[in-house]
This record gives sequence, C-alpha cells and structure tokens, in this order.
Amino acid sequence: MFRTSAVILIALIVAFLIISLVSSQPWHTIQIFMFEPVSSKAHIGNVIEMAIPLMFSGLALSLLFKANLFNLGAEGIFYFSGVVAASIAIHAQLGNWLHPAVAVLAGGLVGALLSAIPGILKAKWNASELVTSLMFNSILFGVGLYLLNYKLRDAKAFATVSYKFQPTAILDKLVPGTRIHTGLIVVLVCIVAVHFFLYKTKWGYELRMTGINRNFAEYSGIKTAKVIILVHLIAGFIAGMGGSIEVLGMYNRFQWTALPGYGFDGALVAMLAKNKPFAVIGGAFFLAYIRIGADQMARMSDVPSEMIAIIQAVIILLISAEQFLKFFKNRMLLREAAKDA
Amino acid sequence: MQHELLEMRNITKVYPNGVLANRNVNFALREGEIHAVVGENGAGKSTLMKMMFGMEEPSEGEIIVRGETVKLHSPQDAIDRGIGMVHQHFMLVPSFTVAENMVLGMEPKKGLGIHYDEAARMTLELSRKYNLTVDPHAKVEHLSVGMKQKVEILKALIRGAKILILDEPTAVLTPQETEELFRELKGLRAEGHTIVFISHKLKEVKEICDRITIMRSGRTEGVFDTNSVTEKEISRLMVGRDVVLKYEKDMKPYGEPILQVKNVSSGDEQGKQVLSRVQFSVRAGEIVGIAGVEGNGQAQLVEVLTGSLPASSGMVLISGKDIAANNIREIRKMGVSYIPEDRMRQGAAKEASISDNLISTRYRSKEWNKRGFMDGRKIRKLVDDLISDYKVKCSGPAQEIGMLSGGNMQKVVVARECSTNPKLLIAEQPTRGVDIGAAQFIHQKLIEMRQEGCAIVLVSADLNEIMELSDTLLVMYGGEVVAYIDRPSEVSEEELGLYMLGLQKQSEEEVRRASHL
Repeated sequence: MFRTSAVILIALIVAFLIISLVSSQPWHTIQIFMFEPVSSKAHIGNVIEMAIPLMFSGLALSLLFKANLFNLGAEGIFYFSGVVAASIAIHAQLGNWLHPAVAVLAGGLVGALLSAIPGILKAKWNASELVTSLMFNSILFGVGLYLLNYKLRDAKAFATVSYKFQPTAILDKLVPGTRIHTGLIVVLVCIVAVHFFLYKTKWGYELRMTGINRNFAEYSGIKTAKVIILVHLIAGFIAGMGGSIEVLGMYNRFQWTALPGYGFDGALVAMLAKNKPFAVIGGAFFLAYIRIGADQMARMSDVPSEMIAIIQAVIILLISAEQFLKFFKNRMLLREAAKDA
Repeated sequence: MQHELLEMRNITKVYPNGVLANRNVNFALREGEIHAVVGENGAGKSTLMKMMFGMEEPSEGEIIVRGETVKLHSPQDAIDRGIGMVHQHFMLVPSFTVAENMVLGMEPKKGLGIHYDEAARMTLELSRKYNLTVDPHAKVEHLSVGMKQKVEILKALIRGAKILILDEPTAVLTPQETEELFRELKGLRAEGHTIVFISHKLKEVKEICDRITIMRSGRTEGVFDTNSVTEKEISRLMVGRDVVLKYEKDMKPYGEPILQVKNVSSGDEQGKQVLSRVQFSVRAGEIVGIAGVEGNGQAQLVEVLTGSLPASSGMVLISGKDIAANNIREIRKMGVSYIPEDRMRQGAAKEASISDNLISTRYRSKEWNKRGFMDGRKIRKLVDDLISDYKVKCSGPAQEIGMLSGGNMQKVVVARECSTNPKLLIAEQPTRGVDIGAAQFIHQKLIEMRQEGCAIVLVSADLNEIMELSDTLLVMYGGEVVAYIDRPSEVSEEELGLYMLGLQKQSEEEVRRASHL
C-alpha cells in the first residue's frame, strides 16, 4: 500500500515537472489536469465510463497475475468478443433485457474459449503464455477486422463501422446526462464474486498457491495444470464480457479499427491493485482519472495528452522494479528477526 | 619449512539468512602442493572456497596471500592475486569456441574487433605448455565434460592463476577422464602451481594430494599429511557426531508392514542408474532411517515413494497397494505425509500466510468446506491449535510464512504433515538448517508419531538424528542399499562412516534382511 502510494506520488511529481517545463502557464495547466475531471457531471461521467472497461481488464489480469501467469491476451479478447457481441446485437431479434444479456454472455464465452488456448499450451507443454497470448492478440485482431469489413460493415456509412445495433441490444444508461451504463453494476458484481472466489473457495485457494509456488502446490497434491486452464477460462470470460459491455454500452455501431488498448491498461491496473480484486476499483479509477485529466489538458492548454504515457511508464517502471523500496522491506524483516531472538 | 602461500585465519561466515557456514576456520596452503579439502555436504567447504575466490566475503577473520593481508571483494580481486577457480558447474559460453571462451573479458584487440587468430594462438601456446590438449577452434557445446574442464583450467591459467581451486572436479568425470585429470594436476604441480582439491572421495584424495584439511559442520577438524592418515581415520573425522542427543523410546512390537519397497531400480535422464535394486519395508510404529552422503540415491528414492519419479523396475506397495500409477494426490489420500527436504522450494509457499500453508494438504476435503466455501471458522480454529501445539513463534495465523525463521517455518511444515493422522510419514532431512530447539521439538514429534503407530521413513545426512531416532537403519551408497543395521544406537560412527563412504559393504543376504520377511 505504502509502496504503491509512493509510486503514484513520484509519477505525479514527474508529471508536474514535465508540465512546468513544457507549458507556458504551468500552474493553470496543472489545475486543469488535476481538477477538470471532477469539474462537471459530464466529466465525472467520463471518468466512470472509462473506469468500467479498465476494471474488467484489470480484474481479468489480476486473476492471471495472481496465478503467476503473465498473459496479456485480454487485449485481443476485448476486441474479438466485442465483434461477437456486435454481431448478435445487429442480427438477433430478442427482447429488451434478454438481448444484451445474450450478447454479453456470448462475448464472455467466446473470450473464455479463446483464452483457454494459451492456457492449455502452458499447462500441457509449458509454452510461455506471454508469447502465445501476444500472438493471439494479432490473430484475434486480424480475424475480428475481417469480420467487421466483410460481414458487419455498413456500406452506407462513411467510415469502417458496422451496421447499427438493434435498440434492444444497447445497455441502459444509469445516470441521465452521462453515458454511465449498466455495465458498471455488472463489473462491480464480478469484482465481489472474484474476491469471494479467490479468498473463500478451495478453487481460489488452489489458484493462489499455484501462483505463489507451483512446486509447493504440486507437492501438496494440487493439480496445477487444471488450475492454470481454469484461471485462463475465468479471466477470458471476464475480459470477453468487458469487451462486449464496452461495445454495447458506449456505442451504437461497432467501430474499433485498431486494438482498443484496454488489455494492456488492465496490466497496469492489476499492478497498481497488487492483483487484489477490490483494489482494482481504485486502480481503474485512478487511471481513468488521469486519462480524462490529460484529455482535458490537451483540449484546454498547450500540453498534449501523450504526457500521460510518461506517467504510466514511470508507474510501471517503479512498480515492477524489485529493488525499489526494498530498503524498507529489509528493515521490516530485521525487526521481525529481532523479535524472534 | 615450506612457504605459506595463502592463509585464512579464524574465518567465520554467517549468511544473511542466518546460516552459520564457517566457524573459526583456519586454512593454510603451501606453495607447490595439492591440498585436499574434504567433508560432507554442508560442512562448509564450498563457502570457504568461495571466500578464497572473492565470491563471498568473510564475516570475521582475515585472508593472507603471500604475507599480505587482503580483502577480496570480487573474483577479479582474487584473479589479480593469482587465484583461479574451476567450478563444479562449468562457467563457459556454449556457443563460443574454446579460444573465445579463453579470452572472454580480456580479448586481444585488432582495431575495434577481436583478434581471433591471436586468441587461438594464445590458447594453443598455453595448452602445449601445460600439456592440456584442446582444440582452440572447437565450439564448447560440442566438447565432452572432461574437455570442458580442461578449458576451465586453462581459462584460470591464462589469467595468471598460481593457485587453482577445483570444486569436486571428479564428480562429473569418467574414471579414464579422472586419471587424465590427475596426470595433468601432477604436471601443474611440477610447474610450481598450487592446487586446492575439494572432494569427498577419499581414494582419490589419498592418491593425489599432499595434505588434507578435514571439515565438519563449519569447523576444521584437522590438517594432515596424506601419508600419515588412513582412510578410516579420515572418515571418522568427517562423519563423527558433535553432540549426542538421547531420546526416550519405549519398545513395543511393530505392526503390519505399511510400506514395502521391492527391488526398485531407476535411471536418470542420462540413463545413469541412480537406484539399484532397493528393497526394504517399514512396519507400523517403526522408524526406518536411511543414511548416506547426499547424492547417493536417497532423493530419488523419496521421489519414487511420492510418485514423482517412476521406477524403471520393481514395486512400491503402501498398505499392500501398488502405487505405480498414482500421483502424489492419490498417494497422500492413502494416508501418506511427506516432509520435503527443501522447505523453500516445496515445503512452503513463502508469500502465503501461515494459515494457507497449514491447510494445503487438507483444504479439499468436505470436512473443511461448507456449501462451496471454505469453512473459515473451523480452519481458524485448526490453525490456532496447530500454532500453539507446535509452538510456532509468529505474530498470528495471517503472517507471511516467509517472515519466519527457518526453525519456525519448518515447524509449520511438520505441523501440517503430522496433523493429518498419516499411516506413513516420509521425513526428508526434517531438521536441516533449523536451530537446536526446533530440531529437538521435531524429533520428539517424530517419536510421538511412532508411538501412535505411524510408519516413518527418515532420510537424513545428520548422523545424530538418524542414529538416535531410527529403529532400523539402512545405508545407501551409489544408489544401492549397502548396509542394514537393526540396532542403530549400538553401531559405531566409524563403522557407519565406512559404509557411507563406500569403503565397506554388507553381503546381499545381510542387506536383504531389510525387507523383514
């Protein structure tokens, strides 16, 4: 907790330094960056809207990281499940509630099945899940783009977008005047469910032990190969739902012609949250907040929003640096040892 | 009187994790000798050598090279003073040629590039000078183990080493290669080099060394001229006991055989025989000790018993059932518990809580689950009870186990394994690296389990432990059971040492008594 706060603080200080170097009105710019996201209902809405997909991917990646699997496939799954949900939203004829539910579940199931492939490769042959999942991102993007171009594309529209979704398929808005949609409820339910799964069920226990020390898990009689496949299924399901919900909640046509980036952002959220489900909420909101702040800053001042990439880089660098703040950890260890003696 | 080339005085080394590897060790090297350092695994040989080569720094004491007190902070410091080391696991770049490996870090330059021909010439010149024939252009990955070792020796020599440390050089060699190595070492000695030879093969030591330093549990047990001591004396000094622990055990008749090992053999990946026709049985209420110098098949035997290594022939029966097709989960279900040798690798999940570590072998059963969720209250009670029964010093069940001291961590492992009422307990080095208090506690626990009728296999390199706890004792050497001793407390350490070091062996019939038929 202490370490994460320190990291965020350092990253913000770096951001301020850069702003003061780049901007002609640094103080004004910093104020925009810091306070614009909470300056109006619409902006607060923007933050929450952006936090929803980040929570989904952050949650999926937390599960994978918790099992010590460095799988970054949420990116491609977000995209492809979005395509799946979009095609159901366009072509199926279903009732008001049923339609989005079917589309989201289908997206989730497709996500789970796709995610299982790197999982099985890892469990059976110890193929690096990082490599296979990254390659899968390209495959899924390619196939998804093909489907968009040749099956779903609306020829009458001027851009590469799909036909319009049926109105029944689009998620309801929760707060008038914003685009905050029912996906928020779904993701919060998922977070609570994952928390209980991880800390209160025997499958969650197996997952955690496998992640901490696979040898120990094997020795205790846990079938770690099964655990690895199970984690991939669950994480894929969550990521797939996330992609579907994002598409049905925010748009009325499918219009991603590039990978949306949520998969990788999810890795950052999971790192900030130290792979704890409830902390994912905080991590996602933090990231959404500085993103919206940067957007506003780009619009209203002379600093481009790409500055945010620097903050992210600093955060990732510091969190993944083992040595950082090790000094404090050592002191804690010494204190423990002293107690023992 | 020969000149003392290198001296290590009152060296003490404590590792950051609290392991005391060397205590007041004194070591002296004379110019132009081959000096053996012998001792069991964990006696502190390697640590001493690492300090001599600058890989570790002593916590106390001083190192004197050619009359000058030095501080060796890195291997480079040692190399600068003419000390070279050949590691047991070679440190070569496989995809480079011999010549490239030789000059790594000190490449002769031609413009910006490496002067490869010069490197090859240097290699050839040196290999001729010392009669260590190597092909400078051969790639290291294509070389045999013996050849690689030559490259390592030459690598040290090209850096100007006058003192060569060889860490168990013969462990990986065939007998022919060993002979060749000895010829080369004698050649080096004739050239005025000084050699430190680490080994626990006494025959070799007698054959080629001038003097011997014997180490045991981090201390030097003495320095001898090779001619003045016999192998028996060396073995006694190597494996003797420090403190004699005594435990009360009441005698009662053994029960049914729980574990039966029948004629088990197994090979490793290279096809080398690591277990050969091992046969014994363990009855309810009996502790069978398996003694031996590490690396003589004990680890593989445990792997066979716990289902992680298939036996190539023979059978293992637990309560009369063949376990060949079973994995560790099913074996555990048959009532087997297992305290593994390495608690960091297998025995514990370091970053998990004490509570999580205590339930890893039982969380699955209905008893600990309620409507799909783990029964938190019941688990909490179990964990609290175990922590107080086993006197685990900790801040509470939620504390990370990695924060505990070695002894307390091991108590958690023992608590987990002993509290499931096992029929058979396999304890592999159960007190390695733990303090005396925890060790005694664990020993008491094993005896308690025995009284309750548990069959126990105790694998240990600690003579004290094995002689005091075992009801019957097997000694393994080279993958074979070489001795069966039915009254371990009456056997002498000397005798045991002879079996452990392969100097003596019982007849087939004597050994076969171990199956209690």
